[in-house]
Amino acid sequence: MRRGMQREMLRDKACIVGVGETPFCRKPGSGLSEMGIQLRAALAAIEDAGLKPADIDGIMPFPNVGKAEAFAAELGCTSLRFAATLHMGGAAPVASLRAAAMAVATGVADHVLVPGGWNGFSGARVRETAANDVNSIPGGGIARDFYLPFGLTAPPQWYALMARRHMHEFGTTEKQLGAVAIAMRRHAQLNPAALMHGKPLTMEQYLASPMISSPYRLFDCSLETDGAAAFVVTSAERARDLRRDPVFIMGAAASQPYPADEICGRPDFHRIGLTTAAPEAFRMAGVGPADVDFAQIYDCFTFEVIQQLEEAGFCARGEGGAFVEDGGIELGGRLPVNTHGGLLSQAHVLGIAHVVEAVRQLRGQAEARQVAGAEIGVVTGWGDFGDGSIAILRR
Amino acid sequence: MNMDAASADRGKPLPALEGLAGEFYRWGAQGELRFQRCSGCGRYRHVPRELCAHCGSPKWVWEGSSGRGKVFSWTVVERPLHPAFAGDAPYAPVIVELDEGVRMLSRVLDCAPDELSIGMAVEVAFSRVTDELYLPCFRRSEV
Repeated sequence: MRRGMQREMLRDKACIVGVGETPFCRKPGSGLSEMGIQLRAALAAIEDAGLKPADIDGIMPFPNVGKAEAFAAELGCTSLRFAATLHMGGAAPVASLRAAAMAVATGVADHVLVPGGWNGFSGARVRETAANDVNSIPGGGIARDFYLPFGLTAPPQWYALMARRHMHEFGTTEKQLGAVAIAMRRHAQLNPAALMHGKPLTMEQYLASPMISSPYRLFDCSLETDGAAAFVVTSAERARDLRRDPVFIMGAAASQPYPADEICGRPDFHRIGLTTAAPEAFRMAGVGPADVDFAQIYDCFTFEVIQQLEEAGFCARGEGGAFVEDGGIELGGRLPVNTHGGLLSQAHVLGIAHVVEAVRQLRGQAEARQVAGAEIGVVTGWGDFGDGSIAILRR
Repeated sequence: MNMDAASADRGKPLPALEGLAGEFYRWGAQGELRFQRCSGCGRYRHVPRELCAHCGSPKWVWEGSSGRGKVFSWTVVERPLHPAFAGDAPYAPVIVELDEGVRMLSRVLDCAPDELSIGMAVEVAFSRVTDELYLPCFRRSEV
């Protein structure tokens, strides 16, 4: 069989049929356990699909926040047939979306639940992971032996090294980083569930915000949040019988930078997981970046949006800064990005809310922030030292 | 910038001095910056690995570095996110590209963060942490 045909085998074979979220909060915290908050999102997604918890026979938990066994026991999933966790940090949910599509398309499972969430504000902070548990940070022993002794300990610092080099090579500016933060914040004004709803942001405020790890200021950083989200994947055939209009997975892929476990020595310093994954996903989908009506881009920090837009092929490498300026990624612009406000202005719940928002857009349920006539949308994930995942979805 | 003998006492994270990383740092304790150099294709590499990713050879030697390089990228940490570095801010983790072609994370000593620039010439300068551990840092150089 030709390799190209294999790539297309998954096209439109699986659908997202249910999505769910909890409220997002910071102070005083969710008041729930991390399993408890994830279960609430899971139940909402299962209900949205018109399924019963016992119908779930596949579960793909996010790394380090819960095990499939525990989800199955809590939900009463007595016939679990497929369980896996993909260790790709924030790239895991969309990579799991691809794996779930593979599972339901091949009959390995019928209904796969992908939950994720945390007490990211009131519980352990991800920014302090290196101090709490060095073995759970990306790179493991490499970070312990070659990064931490020099004070490189946390995500904004790792990624700032990439952003600084990009600024040097391509002339990307601080104001272009600010344009990403402002676009996400504008979208949040249209989303009552967003943490930054009612709190607009100007360029002056952005530039005046305190530096965290240059070039990243406070407003370049996402919102550590208590909250959870979940989605349910089933086969296209099964989806026809369910409550909601299905959202089809046209193409999906996940990959890693090289080397994935070490940032500094990469032969191509700007290559990330998406560099490999995006062309594969678009080939599978049979469409290109120009056919896309919106993109939900994993926005842990502002520069990562610029870099992913470039590496996903929405613009050439080095042109991402100009792409995001002048409202280019705002509603009404050339490519609306993170219409819910993203991790930067809605909430950081591990990237699953990006999938939820993509589904809402394609169902026409995005209310004041609806992209008119949206038919095809992209959602990405970014994790660890640049792991990447991408799905191309259609209504 | 505050990387002195008190580092270990303040609970700064230290490398595990074992395996290939331990060998790298043991050369450092002797005042030498050495990288693995593949015996098959002659390429230098860092961080230490068992195999040469270019030619697959499992054979290599610890070859001395010129210790000279250029700043490739950096970030100035204004708000430390690890308690052991709370007293250091602002400080700048720096990627240095050595003349041998490898890049490593380090710091540039005696250089205010706002004086850093990409392409700045630097040379290795070991910073003592304990008798067993000298971190390979850098200083500005003329060339």
